Amino acid sequence: MNHYALPAVVLVTLATVAIGAYGLRLARTTSDFLVASRAVSPRWNAAAISGEYLSAASFLGVAGLVLLNGVDMLWYPVGFAAGYLALLLFVAAPLRRSGAFTLPDFCEVRLGSLRLRKLATAFVLFIGWLYLVPQLQGAGLTLQTIAGAPYWLGVVIVAGVVTAHVALGGMRAITFVQAFQYWLKLTALALPAMFLFAEWRGDGQPLVAGPADLDWLLPDGGALFGTYSLILATFLGTMGLPHVLVRFYTNSDGRAARRTTLVVLGLVGLFYLFPAMYGALGRVYAPELVVSGRTDSVVLMLPAAALGGLAGKLLGALVAAGAFAAFLSTSSGLLTSVAGVLSTDVLGRGRGSVRDFRVAALVAGFVPLVLALRISGLNVSTVVGLAFAVAASSFCPLLVLGIWWRGLTAPGAAAGIVAGGGAAVASVFWTVAGAPAPDWAETLVAQPAAWTVPLAFTVMIGVSVLTRHRVPAGVGSIMLRLHAPDSLRL
Amino acid sequence: MATTEPGRRTTEPGRRTRPPERVRVVLGDVARQQAARRGGQMRAELEEQSGVGEALVRGLMRAQLGLALRLALVVAVGLGGLPLLFAVAPTVAGLRPFGIALPWVLLGVAAYPFLFAVGATYVWLSERTEREFAELVDRKRT
Repeated sequence: MNHYALPAVVLVTLATVAIGAYGLRLARTTSDFLVASRAVSPRWNAAAISGEYLSAASFLGVAGLVLLNGVDMLWYPVGFAAGYLALLLFVAAPLRRSGAFTLPDFCEVRLGSLRLRKLATAFVLFIGWLYLVPQLQGAGLTLQTIAGAPYWLGVVIVAGVVTAHVALGGMRAITFVQAFQYWLKLTALALPAMFLFAEWRGDGQPLVAGPADLDWLLPDGGALFGTYSLILATFLGTMGLPHVLVRFYTNSDGRAARRTTLVVLGLVGLFYLFPAMYGALGRVYAPELVVSGRTDSVVLMLPAAALGGLAGKLLGALVAAGAFAAFLSTSSGLLTSVAGVLSTDVLGRGRGSVRDFRVAALVAGFVPLVLALRISGLNVSTVVGLAFAVAASSFCPLLVLGIWWRGLTAPGAAAGIVAGGGAAVASVFWTVAGAPAPDWAETLVAQPAAWTVPLAFTVMIGVSVLTRHRVPAGVGSIMLRLHAPDSLRL
Repeated sequence: MATTEPGRRTTEPGRRTRPPERVRVVLGDVARQQAARRGGQMRAELEEQSGVGEALVRGLMRAQLGLALRLALVVAVGLGGLPLLFAVAPTVAGLRPFGIALPWVLLGVAAYPFLFAVGATYVWLSERTEREFAELVDRKRT
């Protein structure tokens, strides 16, 4: 047990609350609440987006998977980063110009259908909550690992702090916190990693993988379907995550949105240089975690295990603080977007007031809290991977076709979301329920994106062509708005 | 008679009552005015979504989408081809530059600068496309 870890975690939580309170003084209007008054500079915005994006799965899960399964798992971080490239290439600038704050907004702006809006709302809530559960679980496991606290305590603390924070401070406050947390997470992972690397060199570079570990060291050529499915889900799923999209409206225009995305790609990529190192060095210094099946905690355990002494404990505390920052920031971002959708589309009477938003935040935080307390056995990265698959099979086709193809119709979009997203959701329930699948279907259900994404695109295009007469009348002027350079000010 | 009179009145007395004013003609000014008039016209066509305006937007979209697809293809081949390459040619996966297995070097380190470089190329080229489009609309048609 590490006596420095608990104070470090408490410190991060307090700093988060304090910075949020500072932001709260600045948050005065509904616009501050929902979009930070669109006055966030690209650098702050990019750090905030990265801070929000690097979740429990990135901070703890990736290293754990690499420790357990080896090189094939490196596709997770590569895909998480590449998702921002897809976002940049196909979505960023037009989406900002559309003026849509949430995915349901985009449905209404582009296709003018309220029924499609409702369907999109349901998917945003599903993805948001699906993604929130592992964040809370991660918090529970972290407190359990570092302080021997009961599992529920970490879950309740993170859910409580984040809900209060979002309800009181809104987007303006969150932006400061998220930006701070990106740098905290990077430091908390990079600094100990450098010490670990130096230690490993000092020990005469002990072999990470011997001749017996070739399965771990080299790619598994037989698992191509799973690998490509994972690549597709992460590459195309990022753009469909509700908390990623919300951030785009805080850019001042399409050009700023593009530049922000590029900076995010750099920041996220920088971060992902480190988790794999923990996974690999874990083979040398903490092999017992593989045996005990507690690989998700390798990032937390490794500094103390490899370095020992005071330095190991202090660095271990730093890592624990960074992990907590990850849970807090990702959950805040998710909760903000889920609460935004809830307040405008489900609870709200018209355009959300601050009061509606606060009520929605309470509801939005309560649901995943209950879920996280009930489910505790699932691997953090598996659940996150499934959330990406659902996003890639529902919102990715909607956004890409909506932005680049005039022929998209509301019935087509709805049919595609129901077919592709529905199939992915069914796979999620199948996996979460732990129901046995026949051999041939096992990979199809565990990594559904490779068939659900093409399915969604095909159905969306096919039904749109069949319902050609339903193409919105004003599609030309919408396309003009999405694609005309900002400098023209049309 | 009532129908022919107004016609005569507008053509014939018009020339008599308004003598041409004396203006200094500078060739550069003329070119600029014509360009501005034409630019305004393009802008109006864009806003009204006339045939020309729509064709302009379609052209812009095609250019931007083409650029995005080409760069996505670069990533699909450069990065997405790796699992296939490792499966087809296991000896490549067994190479060890710097004493570290090649897949680890490529996926653990090299992938990120590669993605960033592709992204930076896109931002640079797409902004250039937009600048050219804006010039086309606001200034002179070349």
